[in-house]
Amino acid sequence: MDPSHPIISVQQVGKSYGAFRAIENISLDIQHGEFFSLLGASGCGKTTLLRMLAGLEDVTNGEIVIDGEPMSDVPPFQRPVNMVFQSYAIFPHLNVADNIGYGLRKQKLSRAARAVLIEEMLDLVKLEGYGDRRANQLSGGQRQRIALARALIMKPKVLLLDEPLGALDKQLREQMQLELRRLQKSLGITFVFVTHDQEEALTLSDRIAVMSGGDVLQVDTPAGLYERPHNREIAGFIGNMNFLDARVRDTKGGYVTMEVAGLGILDMPAGDAALGTGDRACIGIRPEKLRVHTARPDGDHQSVEGVLEMTTYLGERSHFHVRLPGVDQPMAISAQNASIQSETSQQQNIPVWLTWTDGALLALKGR
Amino acid sequence: MSKGNYISRPNRALQLYACLFLVVLYTPVLFIPLFSFNDSIYVRFPLTGFTFNWYVDLMGRDTVWKAMWNSVRVGLSVAVISTILGVLAARAITRNRMPGQNAIVAFVMLPLVIPGIIFGVALLVLFSWMGITLSLYTVGMGHMIVCMPFAVATLLPRFEGMDRSMEEASVDLGENGWWTFWRVTFPMVMPGIVASLLLTFTVSFDEFIMAFFLSSTDATLPMYIWSQLRFPREFPTVLALSSLILLVSFALVFLALWIGRLGLVDEDIA
Repeated sequence: MDPSHPIISVQQVGKSYGAFRAIENISLDIQHGEFFSLLGASGCGKTTLLRMLAGLEDVTNGEIVIDGEPMSDVPPFQRPVNMVFQSYAIFPHLNVADNIGYGLRKQKLSRAARAVLIEEMLDLVKLEGYGDRRANQLSGGQRQRIALARALIMKPKVLLLDEPLGALDKQLREQMQLELRRLQKSLGITFVFVTHDQEEALTLSDRIAVMSGGDVLQVDTPAGLYERPHNREIAGFIGNMNFLDARVRDTKGGYVTMEVAGLGILDMPAGDAALGTGDRACIGIRPEKLRVHTARPDGDHQSVEGVLEMTTYLGERSHFHVRLPGVDQPMAISAQNASIQSETSQQQNIPVWLTWTDGALLALKGR
Repeated sequence: MSKGNYISRPNRALQLYACLFLVVLYTPVLFIPLFSFNDSIYVRFPLTGFTFNWYVDLMGRDTVWKAMWNSVRVGLSVAVISTILGVLAARAITRNRMPGQNAIVAFVMLPLVIPGIIFGVALLVLFSWMGITLSLYTVGMGHMIVCMPFAVATLLPRFEGMDRSMEEASVDLGENGWWTFWRVTFPMVMPGIVASLLLTFTVSFDEFIMAFFLSSTDATLPMYIWSQLRFPREFPTVLALSSLILLVSFALVFLALWIGRLGLVDEDIA
């Protein structure tokens, strides 16, 4: 990957529908061979951005550059990208083979050459022998694979995917996620993937752009977003997070002294958040970074006492909901069932103690 | 025909009402074929005898064949042109958010509610002012106005029901607007096009008022019928011709609606 030659460069791109500003001057680079996801809730602009890459939507301002070529005057049928649509858009009047081979017309291949390419694609998406079937008689999962084959046969530089797995049930979706990942790695094609499911984005992506309200909030690797979210919105969007209100008492070197609701006065690394004395902030703690103890732990780990209100059983792990004094929302603590003692999970309304490691607390701007 | 659920349960009273309704509506019409086989020039009971004579007589008349050929020629041209215009209109209405598009649709549909006689007179005045002599061409133009609503009404739901991403997928895969239309849009709205052709043909074939005002010496079939009505002896022959027209119209409209519904209701969503 050569960061100086990204395959897609989005340069100060904005999009307006009349008075409505759908995309607010976004800039980002996507590298060759990356699995890049656009993640956000409905209406954040991720699909609009994807469609602008495909050329299906006009860019109001800014420039999209694909493999060094500016795309402002290039219509969708001349761009080196192909798209898998959310509804799959399989042509009902054609059979599977003709659907997959649809884009090959302009290449003027012989019948035999065309058939070979289509066979290759059918094998790739594991639909061997389905060529003669009528396309609209197939299941959702099969149609999705036809849409994939139809796009990949064009050998695009970038494959755009618009929430392709949304309509599938959970088992099938997880299976397809792994297949997509494997496919992407073996083909080496850049994938730009739009989804609202943050777990899906974390599973599949090399890097993720978190979007909200037409803006890009943060572009980072999955681990980077999970461990070092830039602000409260992103922290809450990715995974589960406990939030505690806090106020900055003092800053010194790379450390801040915070007065944290429910936990007291603590020192912690300042991290990325630019905090000054007197600022209001919040502390984020991932559920799996807290531990629940039925007796006051000794040793010099910091701990705090609370009441265990409820336990939720989730098969491979359990969530404990602990109420701390002075805090509105109960804290959620997550632990693998294989490693906890059974008596903790059976009881309710007992006093418990929480401990955490130093790196577990995240200082975030915002309330 | 019970589907087994509450909403679709059969209702005897409604079924009876439906049958009664159809009987009252169509019994007068059924008198026409009935008396076309009757061996008498008087339309009264009791029936005298069964005969094909009137039909045989019809086949021998040159004027009937000429009139029918005129109606077919006008009908075919009107069907093709109004369907083409209907396709263009339906596509524009569903694809482009035009300002005032509701008004445009209402305007196109207007001929359904304005009396044909008003259009007929208006066109007559217009043509004579423009110096256009009356002929089958002027009849065709008049029929276009009457048939356009049918074409648009048949094609609009077809275009609206078509997933927009089909056309986008085609464009994404390398086809420009023109090729996309022929490879994707046209095949998908084909049932609507066939239905529109059949329907507009039938409307034009059966249309009398415009033809009456806007034709000269070349008569269409309905005009021929009109011209024969003053001769009492010709009445059973007129009935025979009318029966044939009824049959053909019924068949064409039935076919149009049947084909027009193909694939419109999607039952097989996986």
